[in-house]
Amino acid sequence: MKLRPSIILLMIPSLLLVGCVKPMDYTTFRKYRPRSILVPPPLNESTEVAATYGYYTTVTRPLAESGYYVFPIAVIDQFFKENGMPTAYEMHQAPLKKIDEIFGADAVLYTRVKQYGTKYYIINSTTIVEVEATLIDVKTGSTLWENKTIHQVSSGDSGGGLIGAAVSAAVTQILNSSIDQAHAICPVANAQLLQTKDRGLLLGPYHPEYSTEQTVE
Amino acid sequence: MRHGLILLACLGLLTGCASRTLYSWGSYESQLYAMYSTPDSATPELQILKLEEDIQKARAKDHKLPPGFYAHLGFLYYQQGQRDLAKRAFETEKAAFPESTVFMDRLIARL
Repeated sequence: MKLRPSIILLMIPSLLLVGCVKPMDYTTFRKYRPRSILVPPPLNESTEVAATYGYYTTVTRPLAESGYYVFPIAVIDQFFKENGMPTAYEMHQAPLKKIDEIFGADAVLYTRVKQYGTKYYIINSTTIVEVEATLIDVKTGSTLWENKTIHQVSSGDSGGGLIGAAVSAAVTQILNSSIDQAHAICPVANAQLLQTKDRGLLLGPYHPEYSTEQTVE
Repeated sequence: MRHGLILLACLGLLTGCASRTLYSWGSYESQLYAMYSTPDSATPELQILKLEEDIQKARAKDHKLPPGFYAHLGFLYYQQGQRDLAKRAFETEKAAFPESTVFMDRLIARL
């Protein structure tokens, strides 16, 4: 079976359609260009208690691999708690002036977990993670970037014929070996949220393409 | 449609190969998750053992450890009362990532 170029051409517009919800405005982001990002624990608006740390512990890697310095999440969390801010809600209220003074962070990524967890049905299950995120410049309080994503995986979903079934079976196996299935799909949700071209974060200073990143106007 | 799926799978693989990660992550993320979800399996003592192993592995391959790694390790040493090691780890974080200077100096001053 040969792959014809026409197939590639057919795929491209559909990918573009999926990607282009609304063009992201990077003007303010480009103006301030943060080097470091502090992430307090997410506000958990889901019904699942495990969502807070199930999500929080997956956020460092995509930010660091995008080239940013990311403050150590567990140390930050502990530091807030020891300083009279026991919950994520209080940490999200911490004045930016204090964050600047105490941590010296350039930007704060505030995240909200809207949905998190697995719903079981008779023959299958659906795992879902929905997250919203806002990046704020610490010195000025300006919103640099915001985005949201929903990632959903269904165990009984065999759409796409044999290959689809095989992929779905593989995913199901991976998920079933993990206690917290939603935690296991957070990396994919984060990639969609933070690292998609034209919607994700701009690259940070530790990324090799930082200085050569093309301006997408 | 099936051809399309094969093609997409191939593209996915190609992209995966092309993008090398900037850091050697070792067990850092799984330690973080474990300390919150199953704290008994990730006491400071156990985490230190795993993270020290990660340092050896990363050094052997000449890979960098991720932002926050040494700061987290320093905090674990601090919890264990090992102040000299804590200070050295905070200094290492600062040297690797000067963006951490304000916070690392604050942690060192608290030791």
